[in-house]
Amino acid sequence: MFHYLLGRLWQSLVLLVIVSMIGFAVLNLAPGGPLSQYALTPGMTQEALNRLAEQMGLNRPLPVQYADWLWHLVQGDWGRSYRDNQPVLDVIGRHLFATLLLMGTSTLISILVGTWIGIKGAVKRYSVFDYAATVGAMVALSIPTFWFGLVAIYVFSLWLKWLPAGNMYTIGDGSFGDYAIHLIMPSLVLAFVNVAVWGRYMRTATLDVINQDFVRTARAKGLPERTVMMKHVVGNALLPMITLAGVQLPSILGGALVTETVFTWPGMGRLFLDSLGYNDYPVVMGLLMFSAMLVLAGNLIADLLVAFVDPRIRLG
Amino acid sequence: MSDKEVTVFTHPTRRQALTLMMAAGSAGLFMPNILGKGEAQAAPPAKPTGKVIIGFSQEPTVFNPHMPHIEVDEGVSFSIFDPLFGIGPDGSFYPALAREVPSVENGGISADGLTWKIKLRDGVKWHDGKPFTAEDVKFTLELLVDPNFRSWRKTGHEHVRELTVVSPTEITWKMAVAFAPYASILAATFIVPKHAFDGVADKNTAPFNNAPIGTGAFRWGNRVAGDHIELEANADYFGDGPYLERVIYKYIPDLTVLYTQFKTGDIDVIGLQYITPDHYDEAKSLDGKKVNVVPMATVESFSFNMEKPQFKDPAVRKALYAAIDKQTIIDALYYGLPTPTESYMPQQSFYYNPDLPKHEYNMETAEKLLDDAGWELGSDGIRAKDGVKLSFTNSTTAGNHIREQVQQYLQQSFKELGIEMKISNLPPAVMWGDYWMMSQFDSVVVGINFLTGADPDTSDYMKSTSSAAKGGAGQNTWQYANPTVDKLLEEGGTIFVPEERKKIYFKIQETVRNDLPLLPLFQYAIVRGHKAGVDGVEPNINVRIDSWNVASWYWAS
Repeated sequence: MFHYLLGRLWQSLVLLVIVSMIGFAVLNLAPGGPLSQYALTPGMTQEALNRLAEQMGLNRPLPVQYADWLWHLVQGDWGRSYRDNQPVLDVIGRHLFATLLLMGTSTLISILVGTWIGIKGAVKRYSVFDYAATVGAMVALSIPTFWFGLVAIYVFSLWLKWLPAGNMYTIGDGSFGDYAIHLIMPSLVLAFVNVAVWGRYMRTATLDVINQDFVRTARAKGLPERTVMMKHVVGNALLPMITLAGVQLPSILGGALVTETVFTWPGMGRLFLDSLGYNDYPVVMGLLMFSAMLVLAGNLIADLLVAFVDPRIRLG
Repeated sequence: MSDKEVTVFTHPTRRQALTLMMAAGSAGLFMPNILGKGEAQAAPPAKPTGKVIIGFSQEPTVFNPHMPHIEVDEGVSFSIFDPLFGIGPDGSFYPALAREVPSVENGGISADGLTWKIKLRDGVKWHDGKPFTAEDVKFTLELLVDPNFRSWRKTGHEHVRELTVVSPTEITWKMAVAFAPYASILAATFIVPKHAFDGVADKNTAPFNNAPIGTGAFRWGNRVAGDHIELEANADYFGDGPYLERVIYKYIPDLTVLYTQFKTGDIDVIGLQYITPDHYDEAKSLDGKKVNVVPMATVESFSFNMEKPQFKDPAVRKALYAAIDKQTIIDALYYGLPTPTESYMPQQSFYYNPDLPKHEYNMETAEKLLDDAGWELGSDGIRAKDGVKLSFTNSTTAGNHIREQVQQYLQQSFKELGIEMKISNLPPAVMWGDYWMMSQFDSVVVGINFLTGADPDTSDYMKSTSSAAKGGAGQNTWQYANPTVDKLLEEGGTIFVPEERKKIYFKIQETVRNDLPLLPLFQYAIVRGHKAGVDGVEPNINVRIDSWNVASWYWAS
């Protein structure tokens, strides 16, 4: 077990270095750069841009820049944002809370509702409920979030005036209730799609288990249907969901760009897009490393967890 | 991004010119806060009351006004800092930290323009309570040319010599050359406190840069990254105002969402990038909102790379100009908002030449021009002359949908003439990087404000020595080279009497209109809006951002 863990960590480290090299190269080889956004400013000259590039160390050879970046990273210095001059970890940390709040709530809703719909749909296969859930899932999966978000704003904010049109909280308020009321629309809009995803997975997984021999055996033993379902069917059907949750961890912390944009939610998705747009290399690299770590950690945790709950799997 | 073409410029009026150089200081003696109360019905409150939320579609992130930044950053700077003197909507200077706008008459500037003397306001305090003195002005002007500091702009400041603090309220310096645009540059230079940088090893990462201390009407409150910035009223402000307890700059990245939040009332003032033209009709009829069309200094043009063989023949440039149906573009694609123009100079400028030849859309003229010049149709339907095919690419920022439609429209018109235009658009960071700066394009559609600071000087864009592709230092990406224009620009930069300068800039505009390194399409206009209850909001074409006079905004009760 310990050796397994050590091996996985070592693999992860190598992967991280490779990811960072590719990321750094792609980012820097793309034409343009952090200074091109200033080109159309009145009075801007190539000379001034060159001077800034030199001061920021952007005119050094790429391998030197990479080595410099990596050396600082190893020492725990993730660099500073080109945009607001803040340490990269601070920048990420500030957006993480907003994302955790939105994605956490929304994921919780989608897992709870999704698994319930999935189980129910599988148990009562080809019932009206199952068909409705299937059609609903198709609709949910095909509706563009951006459009759906705007429609929700028009209906609930402009027309009915029930909910705020966006933002994480009212500036100057920020109480628990204030956060909660702002959270309703974006988290539900986001959950809408994810419920469908979770529902589809759960339905398939349940159907997979429900036809297994051990379920028949359990029924033959005379166990009550409820125990059969809860203990034998759902318990086993949830196993692949753990892996799915592990794989989804990075996207949960990575933010939901579209929802964040429509509801002006200051989360990670927008940070990534903004940093990319401004060629804010240190932050983009920081986010890249952060999400790479999450992918690796998510997979590792899921593997460990599956081994823990499923006695058939032994690691090492 | 670089594609947001809102910028500083001036239209110095005769009054401003007189203020600066000749006449007594009377014309410059009003405060910015008094401006913009023309349509105000109610008097401002006795003490700061309420808050205003201004929505921006880009996030302000740079709070040291002298580091590289974008327009919205200046919005915040205008609330926190003051320049020595600023520039109002009519192009006249008004004193801020300086007691009076320096002029030849009041002894502020020597007759040859080489010696400057500024008298400063007494008793002004920084937000942390420390007194503002001439040392701060000296520090600011030195910081701008500090080789270790990532200075936004050295233009003008690099000519300053012998900065001398005569007394806490007086500072003098000499200019290495007579540089007329310097007054306008100073009007956009915010003064920062020396003491905030005491003992700071690296000025680029000073704590000040993220918690600025100014003399302005509002002091730094807090920033929620990716969301908003909150400023609080400065009770000790030396001018009139502030009349608001708090000003909040809210970042709303999507223009549709920005407009929606303006409609719902979540934001009080819709700032950069304002209301999109397609929403203008609806916005006009919104209850409780004031919406108006405001001209901008940015001029949209079809620009050539003059070193490309296709464009060396003036007949080609003239023919292409004749083949552009400007009015249709403006009406059909831009909702009729912009104004057609013949000059790179904004029409509100004192230096704008209104007598330039008028453009006429005429395909026959275009065809005749090309025929006469010897561009003959080839078997492939494309004209050619001496082995040069009349085929070129046209580029602009990818994703700018209206411009892309303009390109397609022009492509069709040009095709009828036997000219092949290929559209090759690039993402902003690529488009305005080396591709633009090093003149790697054939032709582009671009919106530019050509003026240096708040002055008619366009040397950086039009002097033959300003092309980076030829080793120059400026942004003459057209690689335009006309000795007459070179000479006139040189002359114009050293003349301090506006009436005299005017003649020169009229001549330059005439020459450029004749040479057509760029085909001027129109001058931009934007649709701005705010809640009807907010008084004092006033557009100022001479600055890059709305909140320039936020000190005088208030809620009409």
